[in-house]
Amino acid sequence: MNIGTAVFAQETVLAPANGTFSLIWLLIALPALGAAILLLGGRRTNAWGHLLGVLMPVASFVVAAFLFAAMLGQPAEERGAVQHLYDWQIVGAFKVPFSLQLDQLSMVFVLLITFVGSLIHIYAIGYMAHDPARRKFFGYLNLFVAAMLLLVLADNYLLLYVGWEGVGLASFLLIGWYQYKDSAAVAAKKAFIINRVGDFGLSLAIMFMFAVFGGVTFETVNAGIGSASEGTATWIGLLLLLAACGKSAQFPLQAWLFDAMEGPTPVSALIHAATMVTAGVYLIVRSNAIFDAAPTARLLVLIVGCISLIWGAIIGCAKDDLKKALAGSTMSQIGYMVVAAGLGPVGYVFAIFHLLTHGFFKAGLFLGAGSVMHANNDKINMRHLGALRTVMMITFVTFGICTLAIMGIPPFAGFFSKDDIIKAAFSQSPVAGVVTLIGAGITGFYMTRIFLMTFLGKARWEDDQHPHESPAVMWIPMVVLAIGATIGGVLMWPSHWLETWLEPAVPYQEHAQTLPEWLWIIITVGTALIGILWAVALYRREVPVTPPAGSLLTRAAREELYGNEINETLTMLPGQVLTRSSVFFDNRVVDGFVNGMAAVVWGVSGALRTVQNGFARSYALTMLGGAVLLVALLVLVRL
Amino acid sequence: MNGLIALVPIPTPNMDLGQIAPLEIVFGAALISVLVEAFVRREGRRRVQLVLVFASLIAAVAALVGLAGTRTLTAQASVAVDGPALFMQGTVLLLAIVGALLIAERSIDPAGDAFAPRASALPGGREERELTAAGWSQTEVWPLFLFCVGGMLLFPASNDLLTMFVALEVLSLPLYLLAGLARRRRLLSQEASLKYFLLGAFSSAFFLFGTAMLYGFAGTFSLGGIADALSGNAGDNGLVMLGVALLAVGLLFKVAAVPFHQWTPDVYQGAPTPITAFMATCVKVAAFGALLRVMYVALGGVRWDWQPMLWIIAIITMLVGVIVAIAQTDIKRMLAYSSIAHAGFILLGVIAVSEAGIASTMFYLAAYGFATLGAFAVVSLVRDSSGEATHLSQWAGLGKRSPVVAGIFTLFLLAFAGIPLTSGFTSKFAVFSAAIAGGATPVVIVAVFASVISAFFYARIIVLMFFAEPAEEGPRVVLPSAFTALALAIGVAVTVLLGVLPQPLLNLAQQAGIFLR
Repeated sequence: MNIGTAVFAQETVLAPANGTFSLIWLLIALPALGAAILLLGGRRTNAWGHLLGVLMPVASFVVAAFLFAAMLGQPAEERGAVQHLYDWQIVGAFKVPFSLQLDQLSMVFVLLITFVGSLIHIYAIGYMAHDPARRKFFGYLNLFVAAMLLLVLADNYLLLYVGWEGVGLASFLLIGWYQYKDSAAVAAKKAFIINRVGDFGLSLAIMFMFAVFGGVTFETVNAGIGSASEGTATWIGLLLLLAACGKSAQFPLQAWLFDAMEGPTPVSALIHAATMVTAGVYLIVRSNAIFDAAPTARLLVLIVGCISLIWGAIIGCAKDDLKKALAGSTMSQIGYMVVAAGLGPVGYVFAIFHLLTHGFFKAGLFLGAGSVMHANNDKINMRHLGALRTVMMITFVTFGICTLAIMGIPPFAGFFSKDDIIKAAFSQSPVAGVVTLIGAGITGFYMTRIFLMTFLGKARWEDDQHPHESPAVMWIPMVVLAIGATIGGVLMWPSHWLETWLEPAVPYQEHAQTLPEWLWIIITVGTALIGILWAVALYRREVPVTPPAGSLLTRAAREELYGNEINETLTMLPGQVLTRSSVFFDNRVVDGFVNGMAAVVWGVSGALRTVQNGFARSYALTMLGGAVLLVALLVLVRL
Repeated sequence: MNGLIALVPIPTPNMDLGQIAPLEIVFGAALISVLVEAFVRREGRRRVQLVLVFASLIAAVAALVGLAGTRTLTAQASVAVDGPALFMQGTVLLLAIVGALLIAERSIDPAGDAFAPRASALPGGREERELTAAGWSQTEVWPLFLFCVGGMLLFPASNDLLTMFVALEVLSLPLYLLAGLARRRRLLSQEASLKYFLLGAFSSAFFLFGTAMLYGFAGTFSLGGIADALSGNAGDNGLVMLGVALLAVGLLFKVAAVPFHQWTPDVYQGAPTPITAFMATCVKVAAFGALLRVMYVALGGVRWDWQPMLWIIAIITMLVGVIVAIAQTDIKRMLAYSSIAHAGFILLGVIAVSEAGIASTMFYLAAYGFATLGAFAVVSLVRDSSGEATHLSQWAGLGKRSPVVAGIFTLFLLAFAGIPLTSGFTSKFAVFSAAIAGGATPVVIVAVFASVISAFFYARIIVLMFFAEPAEEGPRVVLPSAFTALALAIGVAVTVLLGVLPQPLLNLAQQAGIFLR
């Protein structure tokens, strides 16, 4: 521990926070205060609760903007700051600083979380207007924002874990928001349980780090990883990957994300698209030193990313539920980020870049989906939608822009970020390159399918459906996000601003360009166009209201490629067998032994009791016997 | 003649009064307390005594804090002022303050405090009835209490066997009297007092005999001198072995280790409950302090000889304590056997023979002390018309009638059982790990086994309180005055705090370091 601290002191690059940077704690404190007031204040806060709920993330965003401006005013190497709040002494020598670290990587996350978070809070005012418990909803959302900010601002893994569990809790509460519906309650539990698997990986990784490096701060771990064996680094890397898979819905822990769509749509937009599910990517990028030292773990990251990318995309192609189709897309797009993170220093920056643009266009898509639901009596089956273009012009346009962005059509944001990942993937591994390219094609297909089925074609509305445009409080955030999805590319083009900005915190290594730029554009955009045209060819015709039987793949994709069945066979069944047999063992063997022992002890107790006869003389005799015993023992030891 | 006197000057005792200030304060207060008994009018006596007792105890704590960090021998090297001594003395003083709160309680028993109106009156006689009816009460308990506390402060700090013996007697004699002062069930109380006196005298004789043996070997009473003699003469020491064994009898009697434990249930049951609480905690702290000092300082050189002996004593103490506790039907006797078992657990810290052993023993004593005081305070609250309702069957369903008191008692029982998030877990963990580090793994295995058995009878009471139907005409829980309420609050707070946030006290105990010789 002491050695670790000494190393920490020498290698600290981040200055202690002072001046403007002493405000870092406010970022978290504001939404946390909001959550506390709204959740503890009870019904008294009903009237103005939603306004306070919006104010807090907005205020947090203002603080973030201040800090961002202050960081820009510093030279690149001195931009990071660590704010030490107090020492969190858990037990014995296990002491963890309760410190917040604001560096360039954290900053972009803070901006994304507070900005997109604020927009979605505003949107929720309109979306949740008729919910009797709207105030509690905002309390949970604020809780989520606070936990998510803690996750990205922690300067050590244990504090990150606190935020990690905090967002998990908020996610659980919000997925199960409509708790009177069985499906929502089950979905919340499912998300929670599958996330436990990942969280277990993270907690094991933290224990591992403490055992190996004697500390869990990023500095200690980064300093120690150089001298650790590759096996150690690989184990820690794999455990972190497990954690990332759980939180980011990557293969094989993806099954919960589709059910998570049971939550209100602002939740799907904020938690299950823009921010929380990207925490796994953050974790991998933040732990880049560990993955640099563990090639095997990094390769597995790449593989997991590739599988998830295709897996999610295929599911997205077959779902008729608009939100579930978008969930498949989320899994697939996070797969892109994980692929980029798995490429190492070549890809980290692109992972973050895609994460940011995805935060905008995917949030925009979900808010659009929410707007559609709001307008159509909460109907979300695309087979009962169609022709919404005529009645929901703003939703149509913003959804359309975000669709173009996610498909990677220039000049929208997704084009730049996805293009970068595909190029980087090709430079490192042709297989990964081909997978990302195929993914781009499938993305074009499923997004076109969603767009056509929802907004174009003939109206397949049911009698009680009277679509209408959403109120301004809902469409303004959608417009802002669409603008972000349009111009987000400027982060990397024409200047490589994001890369330069992240450089001190996230290592970057330029990869060799094999093909000229224009050829790349033709290849990637061309692939996306193939997907788009294929979907147009298929869905130009009339869409049947009842789903057709479909091919084997379609049917599998509708069942989420049997992810649930795989989980049930591989983990649930053995678990149940284990539980039953251990209950049997407990009843027959353990209890039998315990009861037998109890009888023996009881008997001995009764016998010993009779020695306690109340006569001082026999007590004295016992003492004398004891003294003789002691002398005898001492003499015996001598012998 | 004049010349002769000039040649052999009587040496001035080397005595730095500041270094033994806590002792002086408490003994001084005890003397004043005797004068108060003699000269202050009856009506004002109680108030003066209370002010005197609490002021002197708090002043002694303050003096102790001022001495923190001192390491020296004083009073002709007969008193050691070192980390462990100061820690033990601090523990005794704080526990004594809480104990004094219980002794000062007057509103639980409708007739007055827990003590007989006149100890010399015949139990059940006319005089007693008249005095009770007149609302008579005595305050002689306070000087006795203060002398006892003074002896307890000296006992773990004594640096030679003779001073230790004097301290042992100073703390024991008032206790024998205090045990016999109960207002209710006076015959039982007097029987307890007499038994305690007889057996205590018997054990003192052993202690003195052991001291003589060691003096015969080393030619000195000083603990450091005995250690030097041992290191200089490794071979022939039959006298030493006899001395060690006999000295151990005297000390193990005070900590209530098996087979020197039989007085404990009878005395705990018979003594007035506040005195039982005081005895079960402070005596244990002082006696373990003295035991540690003798074993570590004087006899550290022959620890290979006495360690196996204490292994065996620890094992049988734990096992007998927990096994016999199972069959008890009286709550005070059950707590007595529980205290015997805990003495066994604490012995694990002694047999570790290490710095961690000292620290964990001291932590255990502090944690156990506050929980025990709290537990006996609860016992004093559950009453029926004849006094305390101590039969277990009377406690059935208590949780339904008085959930708060039953909840507090449950907390203490969980602490005794060593359940995490209570002080009991931390302290058991500390002594177990110290003992394992000291190579006593087999004893720790027995200790874990004993903990499991002990959890049974603690849990049984919890089940009885919360899941059994209340008896008809059952006892009621009396609302105490601020004294007992404060004592309970302190007990609860310390028990929870040391379970959740043990580090500060653990650090303090570790900083106390080792004994000075």
